[in-house]
Amino acid sequence: MTRPSFPARAAAFGTALLSLAALTACASAPTPGGDAAAPAADANTYTWWDPYPQHDASSAWAKRVDTCGKQAGVTIKRTAYDTTALTNQALLAGQEGNAPDVILLDNPAVSTLADAGMLATMDDFGLDTARFDKNLIAAGELDGKTYGIPIGANTLALYYNEKILDAAGVDPASIKDWASLGAALKKVKASGKKAITFAAIGTEEGSFQFLPWFWGAGAKLTELDSPQAAEGLSLWNSWVKDGLAPNSVMSDSQNTTWEEFLTGEFGFAENGTWQINSAAKAGFPTGIVQIPAKDGGAAPTPTGGEFITVPVQKDTKRYTATKKIVECMTTPEGLVETGTTFAYYIPSTAEGQQAILAKEPSLKPWVEAVRSAKGRTSDNLGTKYPKISEALWTAVQKALSGSAAPADALKDAQAKAKQAVGG
Amino acid sequence: MALIRTDAVATGGRPTAKVSPAPGRRPSGRWTALAFLAPLVVYLLVFYAYPLYRNIELSVHDYTPRAFVQGDPEFTGLDNYRAVLSDDAFLAALRNTALFTLVSIAFQYALGLALAVFFQRGFRLSAVLRAMFLVPWLLPLIVSASTWSWMLNSDNGIVNAFLRAFGIGQINWLTSPGTALLSVTVANIWLGIPFNLVILYAGLQNIPASLYEAAGLDGANAWQRFWRITFPLLRPVSAITLLLGLIYTLKVVDIIWIMTRGGPADASATLAIWSYREAFGTGQPDFSPAAAVGNLLILIAFAAGLLHVRMQRKEGIS
Repeated sequence: MTRPSFPARAAAFGTALLSLAALTACASAPTPGGDAAAPAADANTYTWWDPYPQHDASSAWAKRVDTCGKQAGVTIKRTAYDTTALTNQALLAGQEGNAPDVILLDNPAVSTLADAGMLATMDDFGLDTARFDKNLIAAGELDGKTYGIPIGANTLALYYNEKILDAAGVDPASIKDWASLGAALKKVKASGKKAITFAAIGTEEGSFQFLPWFWGAGAKLTELDSPQAAEGLSLWNSWVKDGLAPNSVMSDSQNTTWEEFLTGEFGFAENGTWQINSAAKAGFPTGIVQIPAKDGGAAPTPTGGEFITVPVQKDTKRYTATKKIVECMTTPEGLVETGTTFAYYIPSTAEGQQAILAKEPSLKPWVEAVRSAKGRTSDNLGTKYPKISEALWTAVQKALSGSAAPADALKDAQAKAKQAVGG
Repeated sequence: MALIRTDAVATGGRPTAKVSPAPGRRPSGRWTALAFLAPLVVYLLVFYAYPLYRNIELSVHDYTPRAFVQGDPEFTGLDNYRAVLSDDAFLAALRNTALFTLVSIAFQYALGLALAVFFQRGFRLSAVLRAMFLVPWLLPLIVSASTWSWMLNSDNGIVNAFLRAFGIGQINWLTSPGTALLSVTVANIWLGIPFNLVILYAGLQNIPASLYEAAGLDGANAWQRFWRITFPLLRPVSAITLLLGLIYTLKVVDIIWIMTRGGPADASATLAIWSYREAFGTGQPDFSPAAAVGNLLILIAFAAGLLHVRMQRKEGIS
């Protein structure tokens, strides 16, 4: 019986250590070659990435993409990624110089990729962007150039449970500003039900859900420590403190809060256009009201939804067919078709909105909400937005968990955001 | 001095390639030896050396998304490290990492050892029970972490429902800055017990039964047998268990990310969470600071490893 030599022991330790190194490095290092999703060299096969893994190859969406390819005279090879993974994959592909022909990007990511120099501008293609709603296309603009076209938009509103509101004696039409909303929430609570749920999770979703209240108070993303911002955060804070909203909102995603709403225990839920079908199937009658601004009127809500973008290609001959694909996705009929395929996406042009309303008049409040909505990266915030957003959701978490008063949490957030965006 | 081949556990299945061709051997023999060695060397270079190099390279440049795509990052030297070390969040994250790691491995080891000694007796059903203790290891992490976060949910969790039955008010396990770190630590301890149990149990099998018999004849009670025989003879196994536990725990991201995302605010953010969040947690990947934090973690693990090797060596000499 002898001890293993010193080198052997060092090797054992070394391998354990290296596995740690591999963990921290593997995700950031590009994999050299062998990427299954790399575009085929075939001149007639066009690659297409989108963030809809829930729609498989047999779905209506996949068929719609195929049809657009056929109209352009090419075959489209579609690959779906999860939203956050898509941005990282796109950056990796850009680095390797094998970006796909078309990417459907979540709107805050457009400016990140545009800033990376990966995207062609819509002007390069001679595509007219004037007919798209200003507030929607703004998220695709950076320094006066447009890098993508919204294929539709969604946004947030307050869903309500009609049964609970009736029992509590609340008329949804009476909700015009924060004061009347607060009164309604208190009535619901007095009737023995839970008043409202929203997602204040420490991710982009948390900022997304907070923005209507932030903007509704008159605050600006460039000034997180304004008194208006503090008012917005104090509103959420008071809901949690007074038991109008559950404490778990801090760790709930939008999906979780929606599941909670579907239990029929909640009066209101802040959620998005994408739940329209689910709301219709709920075991109780539902309705929506627009999120009120502090002193009345509709608060600007953040726009969600994807942009169709065209990564720069070495072989510019490919652009001819790519242009046809983009056009196919963005004609008024195309937008309506996308909208209904997705149950529901509001078209991004006035003409498209008229057309979808003619088909589905019940979407009227949503069309209005989208018209008053605002892009998160607009006001030329662009690539600064993700940093500001991180500071903002951290402030929300700090305030709701009681580790700082809303105003103090926002003061820290402003300092953090300023440092992160460098100015 | 303990003469137990414990390192077999640590090197588990990875044969250490030792090539020392005798002087004057035919060159073709050497080439054959090199050819046999090549796959291992290539494997090590591609999957271990390159990622490590790349991680260091990322951390000394300023890789914005633009620079990442264009491949023209600015060389910034140690700026990323300086920024990380002077960040307010650094000390908090270091403290959280230390608490999370040390408390986790202390409890994992103590409970794992207690269970290992308990199962060594080999009573009826002990095999079945032992298998049940392995369940945390078998479950996919996303399942166990989600289950823990449901159990600890402030409003509808079973833990708070149980406490309510005893008249204890709602505790916001995952959403209050005071308890978030504690909650993820408890979940991590539960996850780590099987690993400690298995390795320590294997170590116990190597202690000769004759020593216990001799001690029994000398009138040693169970307590003395544990402290005078089991514990000292288990020391090398314990050391490697603790070292591996330390390395595994330092790099834990998944369970914390699923349960709290490092929140509320930064209350349960460890260095590993910080690194992950910089790289993948926001809309804009920031690989350089993420790599810098990751490298600091490697350094910490490396220091602990050196300490371990040194202690082993000292023991070998004495």
